[in-house]
Amino acid sequence: MATVPLNGVMILAGILFMLGLVGVLVRRNIIFMLLSVEIMLNAAGLAFVAAGSRWGQADGQVMFVFILSMAAAEVSVGLALVLQLYNRLKTLDTDAAARMRG
Amino acid sequence: MLDYLWLIPALPLGGFLVLALLGARLPRGLTAVVGAGSVGLAAVTASLVAYDFWVGEPPGHAYTQTLWVWLKTAGFSPAIAFYLDALSVVMMLVVTWVGFLIHLYSTEFMIDEEGYSRFFAYMNLFVSAMLTLVLADNLLLLYLGWEGVGLCSYLLIGFWYTKPENGYAARKAFVITRVGDTAMAVGLFLLFTHLGTLQIQDVMTRAREVWPEGSTLPIAAALLLLGGAVGKSAQLPLQTWLPDAMAGPSPVSALIHAATMVTAGVYLIARTHVLFTLAPPVLTLVAVIGAATLLLAGFSGLTQRDIKRVLAYSTISQIGYMFLALGVGAWSAAIFHFMVHAFFKALLFLGAGSIILALDHEHDMFKMGGLRRQLPTTFWTFLIGSGALAAVPLITAGFYSKDLIIWQSYASARGSLWLWAAALAGALLTSLYTFRMVILTFFGPAGMQAGRKPGWRMNLPMIVLAVLSLAAGFIELPKSLGNLPILSDFLRSALPAVVVMAVREGREPLFELISGCVSLGGILVIYLLLRKAPRFTEKLVRTPLGAALHRWWLVGWGFDALYDWTIVSPYVWLARIGRNDVVDLFYHWIAWVNQVGYRAVSATQTGRIRSYAVGLAIGAVFVIGLVVIL
Repeated sequence: MATVPLNGVMILAGILFMLGLVGVLVRRNIIFMLLSVEIMLNAAGLAFVAAGSRWGQADGQVMFVFILSMAAAEVSVGLALVLQLYNRLKTLDTDAAARMRG
Repeated sequence: MLDYLWLIPALPLGGFLVLALLGARLPRGLTAVVGAGSVGLAAVTASLVAYDFWVGEPPGHAYTQTLWVWLKTAGFSPAIAFYLDALSVVMMLVVTWVGFLIHLYSTEFMIDEEGYSRFFAYMNLFVSAMLTLVLADNLLLLYLGWEGVGLCSYLLIGFWYTKPENGYAARKAFVITRVGDTAMAVGLFLLFTHLGTLQIQDVMTRAREVWPEGSTLPIAAALLLLGGAVGKSAQLPLQTWLPDAMAGPSPVSALIHAATMVTAGVYLIARTHVLFTLAPPVLTLVAVIGAATLLLAGFSGLTQRDIKRVLAYSTISQIGYMFLALGVGAWSAAIFHFMVHAFFKALLFLGAGSIILALDHEHDMFKMGGLRRQLPTTFWTFLIGSGALAAVPLITAGFYSKDLIIWQSYASARGSLWLWAAALAGALLTSLYTFRMVILTFFGPAGMQAGRKPGWRMNLPMIVLAVLSLAAGFIELPKSLGNLPILSDFLRSALPAVVVMAVREGREPLFELISGCVSLGGILVIYLLLRKAPRFTEKLVRTPLGAALHRWWLVGWGFDALYDWTIVSPYVWLARIGRNDVVDLFYHWIAWVNQVGYRAVSATQTGRIRSYAVGLAIGAVFVIGLVVIL
């Protein structure tokens, strides 16, 4: 089985992470922001798995399973919030929720 | 049975806790049962304990019960401990039984009030604190009770807190007694630094060993304790709070400002009498303060319109008698008068309460009149109480107790003709103002119509107290009238006997005759002045001198104005000009920095989730950058 070079995977993870981050920062639609957060999480997961396989340790995969379950929990809370937001504001634009400022 | 001593203060405390925690949810009936019942049980326990004490007198004529050590520091470990001797037996019985009767009265008196359970919670806490005060084995625990009764007095004077003047009266009482309490606290520090203990009996024995009579330290200590006593017992110069304290409900006046708390000062001096005998000048001062107070308050009582203020001044004046007795070394006479005074003054306040309730909260005696047919029970009991206050000879208890003081202020080795004359003049004033009150309220043309008639729960305590006001005198009969000193014999183990000058001893019957005549003469004079020659009285008050004196006495000799002018106004002025001093600038600067910081930080809270995300990203980059660089 051909080994994938660690550096390449890490760069891929970095690119994915940056894509996700930019998505969170520039998108105003809250669903897209959630999607972007998922991408960031998966980028981190990818980095963990790659690093785990490089060092021959199971920790990386353990962390990935952990991130997976956390992401599931986050999405359920996040979607509940999206529903609430839509119910109240009739829009998915997060800037419309800015009136909650202190 | 003596082992149950701790229950006596604990029962009212339990009542307080129940009422404070559950009060609002309990029905009124249950509140009354808890409130009056806890004190009633304490009274029964106190009687059983007292019976045990009487029958099988414990070794050393005293019994100490140590519950636990309160605090423990190097060389100082005051205990929560109760000390029972003849003096505290008498105090305890009076506090619990009079307290119970007043609680019973209050269950009906306060029935329409909003804060029914709050009232009983405070009253129970008061009884508990008062019992702690009289049973305390060390001065620190005594001080706890001392402050506890002060707190309850404050809370109950301001019971009807929606009226600002009641709150003012409560604060005034609290602040003025605090002046005395501070002196007393300093006195306790002094005793502790020089004698190394606060356990009362140890303090007394060590003081006797270490300090020679008349040296500076016992004089300073006794003076400071006297300061506390003067504040609590409303004596000169700290007497101004008591007349205003009448803003509270009448049962409060009866319990706190007549029967128990205000006599705490008398108890304190009697309890620490060894210290005072080591300081003869202070003892003389006590007698002089007592004599001056009883005269000043007597004159003021003569001019009041408010029935409760008359009683307040009369309380000040009667406590003046107790101080006089203490000052001439007639310790047990002071305690005897305390006990009798607790009965008749509580009775008078309860009677005034039922009049006030019947007339829909009218206090002005000049609007009353002719009430004897409308409120017969109140009239007869009030008349008995007034007779006791005016010391009507032979039948009333007030005669035996007050006459003992008047006699001993002359006969004692520390007494003098001057003190006797002051006491006698005070007795005349007492008869005058007391029966002025009775005549204005119950006789003469009918004034207002009595609305609500008191029921049995209000009448029964008054009847019991009336019986006590008559009968309690027979436990201490003077030499010339039966010679039956039961009370002073009982108190002998705790308080030394008065030293009577042999030369003067034989003149007792003559002096008794004089004071008896003065008391009856006062009643006759006021009857003539008010009923037979009202025009002459009016003319007397209208003369320039009469009018000026009337005004002066009405405001209690102008002490309030004097203190306002000499203490309160300069203080307020100082506070006003000191508002923006250098120290404050520093604190203002701190406040300013905080405000600016708060504005800056709150500006970043935009509510835009994306800008928060930017912040997070920048922060992450910054932290990672730090890790990489370092």
